[in-house]
Amino acid sequence: MSENLTFAKALNEGLRSSLEADDKVLIMGEDVGRLGGVFRITDGLQKDFGEHRVVDTPLAESGIVGTAIGLAMRGYRPVCEIQFDGFVFPAFDQITTQLARMRYRSAGRLEVPVVIRIPYGGGIGAIEHHSESPEALFAHTPGLRVVSPATPQDAYDMIRSSITSPDPVIFLEPKGRYWSKGAVDLGSPVATSGADGGTADPLGQARIARAGTDVTLVAYGPTVATALAAADALAAEGTSAEVVDLRSLSPMDVPAVVGSVRRTGRCVVVHEAPTFFGAGAELAARVTEECFYSLEAPVLRVGGFHTPYPVAKIEHDYLPSTDRVLDAVDRALAH
Amino acid sequence: MNPDAPQSAAAVEDLVQLVAPDGSRTDGPRAAAYRDRVAHIGTDELRAMYRDMVLTRRFDDESTALQRQGELGLYPQGRGQEAAQVGSAYALRPQDFVFPSYREHGVMQVRGVDAVDRLRIYRGTEHGGWDPADHNVQLNTLVLGSQTLHATGYALGVQRDGLVGTGDPQRDTAVVTYFGDGASSQGDVNEALVFAAVNNAPVVFFCQNNQWAISEPTSRQTRWPLYRRGEGFGIPGVRVDGNDVLASYAVMTEALERAYAGDGPTFVEAYTYRMGAHTTSDDPTRYRELAEEEEWALRDPIDRLAALLHAEGRWDDVWAADVEAQADAMAERLRAEVRAIEDPSPASMFDHVYAAGHAQVTVERDWFERYESETAGTTTEAAR
Ligand SMILES: Cc1ncc(C[n+]2csc(CCOP(=O)(O)OP(=O)(O)O)c2C)c(N)n1
Repeated sequence: MSENLTFAKALNEGLRSSLEADDKVLIMGEDVGRLGGVFRITDGLQKDFGEHRVVDTPLAESGIVGTAIGLAMRGYRPVCEIQFDGFVFPAFDQITTQLARMRYRSAGRLEVPVVIRIPYGGGIGAIEHHSESPEALFAHTPGLRVVSPATPQDAYDMIRSSITSPDPVIFLEPKGRYWSKGAVDLGSPVATSGADGGTADPLGQARIARAGTDVTLVAYGPTVATALAAADALAAEGTSAEVVDLRSLSPMDVPAVVGSVRRTGRCVVVHEAPTFFGAGAELAARVTEECFYSLEAPVLRVGGFHTPYPVAKIEHDYLPSTDRVLDAVDRALAH
Repeated sequence: MNPDAPQSAAAVEDLVQLVAPDGSRTDGPRAAAYRDRVAHIGTDELRAMYRDMVLTRRFDDESTALQRQGELGLYPQGRGQEAAQVGSAYALRPQDFVFPSYREHGVMQVRGVDAVDRLRIYRGTEHGGWDPADHNVQLNTLVLGSQTLHATGYALGVQRDGLVGTGDPQRDTAVVTYFGDGASSQGDVNEALVFAAVNNAPVVFFCQNNQWAISEPTSRQTRWPLYRRGEGFGIPGVRVDGNDVLASYAVMTEALERAYAGDGPTFVEAYTYRMGAHTTSDDPTRYRELAEEEEWALRDPIDRLAALLHAEGRWDDVWAADVEAQADAMAERLRAEVRAIEDPSPASMFDHVYAAGHAQVTVERDWFERYESETAGTTTEAAR
């Protein structure tokens, strides 16, 4: 039985079901209690699960993540909410020097299954620090998993999988998609890492969002919708675009992308983060290494520029638009 | 009632108050210690403070209206905090430097930061809005607490420049940083207290405890009165009635004197109330009680100053009408000039990332400008 839910509600349901399934799961963050978070993702959860499970923390991100690490060492599964992308940085030290490498440093003796939810991305007309895409900083940090759902169903499934993951997960929520709707099967089973004898990795699988034959568009999080819109426009003029939704940046499902590009011969990567040292750079390198002889054109990237995120009045000139994706596809096809 | 709800405004300990909510002068030992500091404040000064508080509130109301009309993306109201801000800013010297958070509209008013410039950030046309050198006011800092370290560092610079302890009011310089009860939990704020304390920096930590950090009451940040936060760091603290403009002024003069003399930092807790929503995006009915808002409405800082002016025969209807006229004129100017703020050019996003040429920015800018000119006037539909 599936229901038509917003992305935000799907996350809320995913958190609810995780709190129900495991009493070690905690939600902690700024304004997550009574208010239900500034985006209402935790709406109603404190009322139903109590102040001991859904905790309004002091306003200190380093404190939130640092204490979550300690709670995880004591057997809890904290799900931290960072209010906006630009406010994760006070916690960056705890995330990169502690959370990411606790397992490694302890030679596997310690496990810190902390999930850090971060509303990210732009296009919402916000002031500074509220529209950023810092995923590359986390993907560049060994020990962290970095994921970003693009649909309500994936939001529901991936938050539950992330909470059961034995590894720390940076869970990036495309805030511009919070109010988009889609079918969600609330009865879908939780895909747990390592369930089938240790190899299953439900968080690391890309998804073909749309099948096509002439060019592969690779996207994740907020830009999956952009890529799908571009694919629609291309279809109208007879070009068949395949859209790969990466879902996860670390690990990156390179085989899925390579498989697609071997068929299409062309690849355009779309993300909001700056292209310079971005996820697209990694992907372009991998695709070039692994399917050089299938490529008809260089792998192209469409993304943000090497500037701080600009003011709201011109953010749509910065963000990768459908037009800019089409421009890149034209260039790829012209080769 | 929410068990975490703020203490009743009437039952706060250790509060420096010089004017009671009914406009009468406060007695008692706490007041006696500060009364001399406002002895020179006569009718003209009181009226000037009143004017700035009224203009600040009108700025607030007009900005809120502009947001509702779609002219601003967001606006954080300062309603209720005018006395804490105006009173403390009145105590500053021109050479002093201010490091604000984002709600300090009253400080901006006193320092002379242009009202239109203050709204550029909320219109989404600039990240800053003014030149900090013009009024010795740094830009707003939105990352909670970061500015307290900048203020401390700036104060260390003032100290190195030999501008403390000279005894010359033209030269001795202090720095003040404003932050909230919520921000007081940030590591940066606590590190700033350490750096300021061990270096005896000429900086005042002015914490506006407006009882709320969005939906979290101050009890989520501290179990101990905030003004005592400085003690463990070796920084003296004082709690002032932030809805009393004279008390805020008096307490600030004491803190500044300490800084000017080279006697180090002070932690001021201005006990006040955020009468409005956190921002225009917020809905306080989700987390606080109407009764609490009503109780604090009786302590409105502007009403209190008006009551004092009336009680002491310092009120004049012609003057008051003129203040209203000034507020009307400012509101009218805001309505016209905020709407007229031009959008920045798209390519301006590449300006000021670095001092001079940077290969990546240059290449990307060139590409962007070419792309813009080639696609000018086209949309997905029109182009295809
Ligand atoms: C580092 C950081 N974390 C979170 C936020 C989001 N945020 C903006 S204002 C605010 C509440 C601040 O409360 P307080 O410091 O008491 O100041 P007030 O807004 O009440 O004036 C929060 C959580 C932020 N701006 N910066």
